[in-house]
Amino acid sequence: MADNPYSPHTDADRAAMLDRIGVRSVDDLLTAIPKDARVKQLGVGPGMSEQEVQAHLEKLAAMNKTAGSGPFFIGGAIQRRYIPAAVPVLALRGEFLTAYTPYQPEVSQGTLQAVFEYQSLMAELLAMDVVNSSMYDGSSATAEAALMAVRLSSGRKKVVLATEVDFTYRRTVRTYARGAELDIVEVPTADLAGNADGAACLVVQHPDAFGSLVDVRPIADAAHAAGALLVQVTEPHACALLEPPGALGADIAVGEGQPLGIPMSYGGPHLGIFACREALVRQMPGRIAGQTVDANGTRGFVNTLQTREQHIRREKATSNICTNEALSAIHAAIYLSLLGPEGVRAAARAGVARAHSLAKRLAAIPGCRIANDGTFFDRFTLATEMGGWDLRLALLERGIQVEASASHYVDGKRRGRDDVMIQCTELTTEADADALVDAVAEITGSRQTVAAR
Amino acid sequence: MTTVTGAPVQRAKRASQTIPDSGADTHGPALEPLLFELARPGRSGRHVRAEKTGDVPEKFARKTPLRLPELTEPQVVRHYTHLAQLNYSVDAGMYPLGSCTMKYNPKINDRAAALFADLHPRQSYRTTQGVLALAYELEQLLLKVTGMDFVTLQPQAGAQSEFTALLMFKAYHQKRGDAATRRRIIVPDSAHGTNPASAAMCGYEVTTVKSDARGNVDLEALKSALGPDVAGFMLTNPNTIGLFEERVREVCDAVHAVGALVYGDGANMNALLGIARPGDLGFDCVHINVHKTFSTPHGAGGPGAGPLCVKAHLRPFLPKPWIVKEADGSYHYDTAREDREPERLGDSIGKIGKTLGNFGVLARAYTYMKTLGEEGLVETGRDAVLAANYLLALLRGKYDVAYDRPCMHEFVLTAARQKKQGSSALDISKALLDEGFHSPTVYFPLIVPEALMIEPTETEPKETLDAFAAAMIRIAERIEKDPAAVHEAPTKTPLRRLDEVGAARKPVLRYRPA
Repeated sequence: MADNPYSPHTDADRAAMLDRIGVRSVDDLLTAIPKDARVKQLGVGPGMSEQEVQAHLEKLAAMNKTAGSGPFFIGGAIQRRYIPAAVPVLALRGEFLTAYTPYQPEVSQGTLQAVFEYQSLMAELLAMDVVNSSMYDGSSATAEAALMAVRLSSGRKKVVLATEVDFTYRRTVRTYARGAELDIVEVPTADLAGNADGAACLVVQHPDAFGSLVDVRPIADAAHAAGALLVQVTEPHACALLEPPGALGADIAVGEGQPLGIPMSYGGPHLGIFACREALVRQMPGRIAGQTVDANGTRGFVNTLQTREQHIRREKATSNICTNEALSAIHAAIYLSLLGPEGVRAAARAGVARAHSLAKRLAAIPGCRIANDGTFFDRFTLATEMGGWDLRLALLERGIQVEASASHYVDGKRRGRDDVMIQCTELTTEADADALVDAVAEITGSRQTVAAR
Repeated sequence: MTTVTGAPVQRAKRASQTIPDSGADTHGPALEPLLFELARPGRSGRHVRAEKTGDVPEKFARKTPLRLPELTEPQVVRHYTHLAQLNYSVDAGMYPLGSCTMKYNPKINDRAAALFADLHPRQSYRTTQGVLALAYELEQLLLKVTGMDFVTLQPQAGAQSEFTALLMFKAYHQKRGDAATRRRIIVPDSAHGTNPASAAMCGYEVTTVKSDARGNVDLEALKSALGPDVAGFMLTNPNTIGLFEERVREVCDAVHAVGALVYGDGANMNALLGIARPGDLGFDCVHINVHKTFSTPHGAGGPGAGPLCVKAHLRPFLPKPWIVKEADGSYHYDTAREDREPERLGDSIGKIGKTLGNFGVLARAYTYMKTLGEEGLVETGRDAVLAANYLLALLRGKYDVAYDRPCMHEFVLTAARQKKQGSSALDISKALLDEGFHSPTVYFPLIVPEALMIEPTETEPKETLDAFAAAMIRIAERIEKDPAAVHEAPTKTPLRRLDEVGAARKPVLRYRPA
């Protein structure tokens, strides 16, 4: 009788196996382990039946308020978007889900071709030459982009980040930078171009973390004039409507691929998008699928340019990444192939349309204004006479979830904004918008009433 | 072939392409055209509603053509179904890829994770008490299994966890004032490539020490490499030869004696489950590949998750934020996102990604640990050791064993004998594909020539282990008679051996629409 429900061994099997090995018990195989280090008890409690585990997990899940349970406007890099039914059905097939890195390409053509197609689709969307098979997420992709730019710069250690780059990304870049001891400089997007001297790269986000559209070309020009690279952080849906990084002068483009059919899952697993110009590919981190032929001359796919990678190059590798997010890349590829160019544009336009209509209504409320610098895409910041944190909590009491822009602090330096951020997507409904407008009017109105008294 | 654009042509070609000596059935999975080759302008689904408004200012609007393929949903479903059929997977058969722990991935784990799909990491802790409760309890479970004091769930894979730990080593030495002189990380010659690569990303020089004749770290070589300029030592235990480090405590003591720290690479933690805990062996920290030890699916290359468990002296440097449990049973984070103040980092190295890393993967690992419980987890390590030693006993006569002593959860054969006869570890790995099995890890660890690294895991039944051994023995016997017999393998797979050199020489990394 097995204690592990997934263990196949009967008592007779165990006896036969031990007999064949020539020992009396498994303990006889563990003599290399110091006796006093042997575990007596872990103290993790008894196991459960599947039915009990399901009930336990459902109970935990019920303690959360899901995004879909009420008006929801939290977004940024990670977005609540519609996921077509076919995406999980296909991507979570056991043949993809329970395979690993395609070390044996002859029996892994499904993975390799799906990843090659992901690279091709993403390259089209970004208008970049080469896309790798995935990084962990947008933040590690941004950090790896900075490290790659430094490697390519022959000696420069300065990385200039716009303060309008996603907070988590900036924080992660700073963490990664501790290793190579890089000089991280953060300046407003408007000052990026003026800080290109001596930099390995400038990192700009468009649309930025607050949703504003950024004129990337002059920043790219300034970077190139100073011998620096331009790293653009972007979002996949935005690339369907906005001129993509490859057309704006980006040398490296990175971003979060989660909005492409991948559930939010409280932060992961997601998809780090990483793209670059062809000339830079030998310094690219991560796995890359490439086309080749088999012994019969039939087209097939393999992981290629592996001499960049840790299992070959060890300490001289371009990155330490091994396990990546290939399954997320397959999700994204399925999403893009289902939606096609028109579908991706439609989803993106829905977010833009709803954000702009909602912004107009909110701005009409006394004491409220939209605080973006210039035009925004599908999210914006709402400034009121009360602080962002207070408004966020007051909205939450009414079942409406938004994010406070003050959470985009870096090292104690406030960005000077204490607003809330409003993200719209194709899942934002008229009723959601009505609820937000009414609640903001009520909350800010009652405050004004109190103040007037 | 590469110019073929239509499905029927290519599928027909595959059907008539039966390999002469294989007897391969022509009903097996056929190759599949690329998405782009299946597309026709004007085809589309209707997954989201068309939107008339939502124009962006002309100055910013996309002028670059967006040449994504246009397909119907039935086409897309068939395409990915066909692709899936070209893959080997754990769901389909034994996948003895050494050091990857390709155990069965329970389906309840996936369903459990889906319960947490519709949650955004920037939601208030007030709306995510279930997430925090699960994460907090998972932390406690991981600490009990590893014998450590504190843990971060942020790293999204083993390699990112290594990097996180080495950044913490650096911060630890900085705090003590001698980081500037501690510039080296030592790794054994049997280490995974991620170890030296992570050290290099941290700005360290890497020193490699050799293994001794029993497959352990050569303690004398280690001692002579150690000095006041060493920041840390990275050790996988059991090591990549599948052997428990017999003098692990002396190794850890020697490292600590020079003021350096010991990193535990938990890639092979499955072997130790319920048997021994890194925290009791002298390690300062250990990472867990939950996609190995705790049964979360490997996802065709990822995602994984790599929680990092540390001893108390490393706690101040852990990534932020940390989960706090209040006396009333509620949870929140210790940093400022909810406190209306700037986030305080203190000595923390910062953030390595999202708040709780790959939470969807971690929820699966939690489900697995709750399912197995004490008895199940204890049995897991023992069954993994039993299976590996049994398979080793079956294969010992026909293959040479790199270091022949009882192994832990995996073992390394050398095909040196077969190499002399005229075949290689690569040939054997390809011949195994024709036998219906996935191959072991080959040519790793680097210290074993013609290495075949075999990890059966605890979820393969005895009869499958017997069948795998029979296949390996058949291959060895074929090689004895005629080494050339396996040079052409595989012949029964959808494709024959692929030209990897050509792929790297003239890289074709994407399809380019005409």
